[in-house]
Amino acid sequence: MSTVISQAFFQHALLAGTFIALACGLVGYFLVLRAQIFTGDALSHVAFTGAMAALAGGYDLRLGLFAATIGVGLLIGGLGRRGRADDVVIGSVFAWILGLGAFFLTVYTTSRSGAQGGAGTSVLFGSIFGLHGNQITVAVAVAGAVCLIVLLIARPLLFATLDEAVAAARGVPVRVLGFMFLALVGACAGEATQAVGSLLLLGLLAAPAGAAIRLTDRPYRALALSAALAVAEMWGGLLLSAAAPKLPPSFAIMAVATAVYAATFLVRPARAAHPATA
Amino acid sequence: MITDVVPLASDATSPVFSWKLLADFQDMWSYLYMVNAFRAGLIVAVVCAVVGWFMVLRRQTFAGHTLSVAAFPGASLAVLAGFSTSLGYFGFCVAAALVIAAMQREGRDGGAEESAVTGTVQAFALACGYLFISLYKGLLEGPTALLFGDFLGITTGQVVTLAVVGAVVLAVLAVIGRPLLFASVDPEVAAGRGVPVRLLGTLFLVLLGAATAEASQITGTLLVFALMVIPAATAQQLTARPGLSLLLSVLLALAACWAGLIAAYYQPYPLGFFVTGFAFAAFVLAHLFRFAREAAGRRAPLQMGSAA
Repeated sequence: MSTVISQAFFQHALLAGTFIALACGLVGYFLVLRAQIFTGDALSHVAFTGAMAALAGGYDLRLGLFAATIGVGLLIGGLGRRGRADDVVIGSVFAWILGLGAFFLTVYTTSRSGAQGGAGTSVLFGSIFGLHGNQITVAVAVAGAVCLIVLLIARPLLFATLDEAVAAARGVPVRVLGFMFLALVGACAGEATQAVGSLLLLGLLAAPAGAAIRLTDRPYRALALSAALAVAEMWGGLLLSAAAPKLPPSFAIMAVATAVYAATFLVRPARAAHPATA
Repeated sequence: MITDVVPLASDATSPVFSWKLLADFQDMWSYLYMVNAFRAGLIVAVVCAVVGWFMVLRRQTFAGHTLSVAAFPGASLAVLAGFSTSLGYFGFCVAAALVIAAMQREGRDGGAEESAVTGTVQAFALACGYLFISLYKGLLEGPTALLFGDFLGITTGQVVTLAVVGAVVLAVLAVIGRPLLFASVDPEVAAGRGVPVRLLGTLFLVLLGAATAEASQITGTLLVFALMVIPAATAQQLTARPGLSLLLSVLLALAACWAGLIAAYYQPYPLGFFVTGFAFAAFVLAHLFRFAREAAGRRAPLQMGSAA
């Protein structure tokens, strides 16, 4: 195990993973608090289609990831307020988007000679041990920027989340904040897809935040706890995967995150667990 | 003449559509796998459309999505352990339906936390599926068929299983249909009249799980949701009458499914893409149709006024 830890690919994964987890923990807390988990789910499907479209078109995978997730994040923000796009419409659109992703996957694997057959799988389930060189730099830079922006707007965003009407009356730009937040979720989704994959992304956004909300009622403490838990779960997953090479890293990270979340149900019974909005 | 030869997916010479419709059909139907795919598509489309119609009515799309995700670890565990994938699909989907039913709480309180739980469970289920697949053999090709569907390998035995399960689901739904409709539209009044709302809800989730397991075998885990939600949403756009929209959603699902099969037979792209594409096109058309009708409805009195 110590031989694995001393290797470059593991240290790269640890570095990028720490920042990705930090960003997911911070963004995920607001996502859970704003009850926008379905949006996160939708963006994870978009991430897959965006990445596959970029590959099929011969571009860098990350270009498609970020363009699609941030673009659709803003689009949802635009549709949502008018109250017309309900769950059923979002569900229908994203079911189709995923079908489109399957199409691009086939285009990519059949038309490009020398295309790796595992590209679709690595986008769906992540490949954190495969990161190298400038991928690390980009991952750290984007995640760092996401964290910084979240921290900068944390105070008004929290106000706008907990009591939208009062916040708007006090002059907080609720609508702009909502847009900014969805763009951040998009950036975070594009970012985390490289680590845990588009299908498992939702878990990294939801589990640490869900656990933090169960453990404390105070917003800032919960925000910090969510980020800390996400990083700890990332490290735990990577170490677990290093110790047992048969376990894929994304599975190990998700297993640790789920276990921590499940453990919070033992610490605090289900009934008294929701005064966090107070 | 019907042959039992299944061409390899990588076979470069895919059949060509010649516009001689009868000959084309005879050609297509000479392959047993195509005949089976059409039979399976019929069963799956009807069951999905009916169950999905109730799902959309009850606003349980998130639960439907979660159940469809549970199909993936079920199927991949079956592949890993070497038992029938049908068993894996049905076992996991029905078990997941029971878990969701047990987790449901009476009040609307705690929506944020409940969605966090659902999201975590979903991601963990997918992660488990990934683990089973990667334990089974390398990562190449394995998950794609389970996730996005593969209709080439449907056997006659599987069609029989599908038919039996589909018939049971539809029969149960026919028995509980009226009270379920009542309980879906107005749960409080229904409960007041002595309708067992909670029991019906649990029963419906189990039916949803069984229907998901069925459809997963055709469209793949990730696209089942499309076959359930899109035709029902389309039909409910077009008409408000329950019986008519139910019938319409069955017809739409069937059309999308069969058209998808024909397209996927002639093109190298995945079946799931065609099925979701056709269904979504109908959905968009239904929206446009409704907008046009509403616009015409608004204009009509104006014209009458100017004529008078």
